[in-house]
Amino acid sequence: MAGGRLWSSQGTSDLGRARSIWSVLHLDPVLLGLLLLLISGGLFVLFSGADRNIDVVKAQGMRLGVGFIVMFVFAQLDPAVFRRWAPWLYALGLVGLVAVLLVGVGAKGAQRWLALPGLPRFQPSEFMKLVVPMMAAWYLSRYYLPPSFGRVMAGLVIVLLPMFLIIQQPDLGTSLLVGMAGIFVVFFAGISWKLITAFLAMVSVSAPLMWFFVMREYQKQRVLTLLDPQSDPLGAGWNIIQSKTAIGSGGMDGKGWLQGTQSHLEFLPESHTDFIVAVLAEEFGFIGMVLLLAVYFLIILRCLYIAVTAQDSFCRLVAGALTMTFFIYVFVNIGMVSGLLPVVGVPLPLISYGGTSSVTLMAAFGVLMSIHTHRRMITA
Amino acid sequence: MAWGEFKNTAAERRLFQRRAMVVLVFVVILMAGLLARMYQLQIVEHDIYTTLSDKNRVQVQSVPPPRGLVYDRNNVLLAENRPVFSLTVVPERVGDMEEMLARLSEILDIADEDLERFERRLREPRRPYQAIPLNYDLDEGEIARMAVHRHQFPGVEVEAELVRYYPHSELTAHALGFVGRINREELQRIDPVNYAGTNYIGKSGIERFYEEALHGQVGYQHVETNARGRILRVLERVNPVPGEDLQLHLDLRLQRRAHELLEGRRGAIIAIEPATGGILALASVPGFDANKFVTGISVKDYRELSQSIDKPLFNRALRGQYPPASTIKPMMAVAALDSGVTDRERRIWDPGYFQLREGGRRFRNWNRSGDGWVDLKYSMARSNDVYFYEVGVEMGVDVMSEYLARFGFGEDATLDVSGALDGLLPTADWKRAVKSEPWYPGDSVNMSIGQGFLLSTPMQLATATALIANRGVWAEPRLLKDVRGDRPVETFLPEPSREPLILKDPDDWEYVVETMEEVMHGARGTARRAARGASYRMAGKTGTAQVFSLGEGEEYDAEQIRERLRDHALYVGFAPADKPEIAVAIIIENGGGGSGVAAPVARALFDAWLEEFPAAEAESVVTQASDPGAVH
Repeated sequence: MAGGRLWSSQGTSDLGRARSIWSVLHLDPVLLGLLLLLISGGLFVLFSGADRNIDVVKAQGMRLGVGFIVMFVFAQLDPAVFRRWAPWLYALGLVGLVAVLLVGVGAKGAQRWLALPGLPRFQPSEFMKLVVPMMAAWYLSRYYLPPSFGRVMAGLVIVLLPMFLIIQQPDLGTSLLVGMAGIFVVFFAGISWKLITAFLAMVSVSAPLMWFFVMREYQKQRVLTLLDPQSDPLGAGWNIIQSKTAIGSGGMDGKGWLQGTQSHLEFLPESHTDFIVAVLAEEFGFIGMVLLLAVYFLIILRCLYIAVTAQDSFCRLVAGALTMTFFIYVFVNIGMVSGLLPVVGVPLPLISYGGTSSVTLMAAFGVLMSIHTHRRMITA
Repeated sequence: MAWGEFKNTAAERRLFQRRAMVVLVFVVILMAGLLARMYQLQIVEHDIYTTLSDKNRVQVQSVPPPRGLVYDRNNVLLAENRPVFSLTVVPERVGDMEEMLARLSEILDIADEDLERFERRLREPRRPYQAIPLNYDLDEGEIARMAVHRHQFPGVEVEAELVRYYPHSELTAHALGFVGRINREELQRIDPVNYAGTNYIGKSGIERFYEEALHGQVGYQHVETNARGRILRVLERVNPVPGEDLQLHLDLRLQRRAHELLEGRRGAIIAIEPATGGILALASVPGFDANKFVTGISVKDYRELSQSIDKPLFNRALRGQYPPASTIKPMMAVAALDSGVTDRERRIWDPGYFQLREGGRRFRNWNRSGDGWVDLKYSMARSNDVYFYEVGVEMGVDVMSEYLARFGFGEDATLDVSGALDGLLPTADWKRAVKSEPWYPGDSVNMSIGQGFLLSTPMQLATATALIANRGVWAEPRLLKDVRGDRPVETFLPEPSREPLILKDPDDWEYVVETMEEVMHGARGTARRAARGASYRMAGKTGTAQVFSLGEGEEYDAEQIRERLRDHALYVGFAPADKPEIAVAIIIENGGGGSGVAAPVARALFDAWLEEFPAAEAESVVTQASDPGAVH
């Protein structure tokens, strides 16, 4: 039975040293501790951002609980399982994305959900955040690294295909996150700097073309609003002006927990979802932001360590790409709320209120813990 | 494992490590970028955003001061403020106005007029986010229904507002004036800060004259609001300074009596306390309910009032300009004596008419058969016209006008009565300028008995009569007696500026008063019937003014025409004659003869003021003192 090998990779054969409880549970205590620190702090901020609505905090706690279970389950699986299943999951994901475009449900002019009978509502694009880097890593790590030009191109196709489908929903934020995850796999695999330079040159040339032929009106509006929020202070610029005001008025040590006037007097929009970092910045000030960024940085550092110490290329590429996806979340969200980047719907990881992304993120951490704890004895 | 190619694991690991280092540097740089951004917003630009944040949440709101109350001389409340619940709309918060109004009319009964007025105000310039009233004086049922449906109507609020209320509405409308909604012209004139929370302004009467004192000083409060403008708490409050409470010379009892005496007629009564100039009664009948004007009168009601043949909106006491007729004779007598054209002994032959020259036009005495030889006292008592024709022509227009001007004719001599007209005091220059004709001696003949060009308001007649009662000492008519605050009343009253009228022989005052007493108490006095049985001496003069013409195109039925062609009845006088406490001027339009109609009204007022009211006061003092229940 396949399951037998799946669970036995360490258990019986690792006789060399005493096995800690962590390796039995396949959890990384350092990463787990940092995540718990982030999540517990985040729930306090959420309570304030949701205007003292304890029900919101409870619901988020439930989701994160589910997320921890998912993480725990994923951590138990051997990385080899992910590798073996990657192509099939990828194919399944593409079918799901096509299905969303055909029969999906959604709101605000975007179709993102798939409501299959007998299954909970499901967002294939979220699923692809995990699967695309796995598929790209599966493909590239089959051959020697660094990959040849042809394989780089093939790897890019693997990434661009789901990106294209997600953009059609339309969901620019998720599409970019999925794309970044795949591109980081290609980068970690060792794509040559010459190619990177060439791609960057291409992107800078195609950006104006994108502006005129691909981007939708609301996306252009977001970019324009970023450049000059005052141009539309009550419309699109409102969010940015109010979030910058919230952050700036926080000062060094903030207005105090639950004392943020911007969020509690309803000036700050989306104060418990995408813009929650403004609540933290307003109430805990610069000190709070330094602490938050420090926790995120430590998580990323630990994850990169896991990636570097992973035992094979597939694991390294997957771990590296998932880590960078997490970082992109953090950077894009905070950059957007503080007015550095255009407004794209990217939540602050593990703090913003919202179900799917939390679970996906916890699953990614599960994969990282799996990679770290399923180590084979290599006798060189 | 089915990997197709040979893999150099160690080299791949080193490659990954190098790339991880690159990525780490990338992460550190971007994280540092975020941190720098936070430093910029939170430390460097902190002050800017703190200001923005405070501006967001803190708003300064004006708190309107309560308008000062108005009392009569006995502290009876004449004008107060009542809470009224009105429905207001902030247009900026309403999406589709028409749709909202349609839904609202399903819940509330909105009169077409209210809707019309609302839409008119919607088009007028106004402060942004200022609520526009839609419906006034909601009853409890309407308030309850609005409370239930409130969430369906953003921008629509039920607001309690203090609104002026006149408990004695019709009695005091012409005396007090009234307040009304601030209109467009007034909006240009008022101090926008002090009136930031005020919706009403004095439109006429003392409400207008003492607007500044009655209004008070606006207060303000810093309030914390949320993004939807709802007030969450008050951070700081500077209370408004309420308007001054005013006490008037007016006596509501006398005012009511004056209205009762004019009941069913058209006319005006002014009563003045000669020593102070205080206006005791200012009645113009018919009156109107000033309360209707406060929140805005309906078109129908307004049309009814303004088109009424009786002109209830017309303030006859202040703006009615009538020929004074024989009531001008006491002033003419003073002028004739002081200018030296006549003396107490001079007698003039009255054949029943007066001629400027032999065979010329005959100016008739009212008594066609003539009074024979008449002196000044007899002429006053009988209201002989020929005597006054003679001395009037001898004085000429210049002398008459000069003296009448010193009595206050031809201009508004009141201190604080808003809207009083000037009347018309003709001079030779005036006639040349306006009529392009010289002043004829015949004009002087007419003027000498208060006809012709001379026009006077009842207020002016009362003022001149009070001057005689005061023996030439001016006390300009005024309504304000006292203010309740710390400041003395003089700071609010305009400075009196009139010089006393000093006669060459001060005893002439007493003589003229004597001739006026003869009118009331003399054996042949025109008003002797009205004075019959009085326990005090009074001085007065009756008058009967001819009504010359009707306005062209005015359609009255025959009965009305006949009624409205009758003479105006006039009376001026004061009592007691030696120490006057009250001076009055009375006009009853189309009342007929002054002696028969106007003089009894004066007698009733004198009786009330000199006997009835003091007796009632004494009695109430006695009953209060003897009431055991009052002692605890």
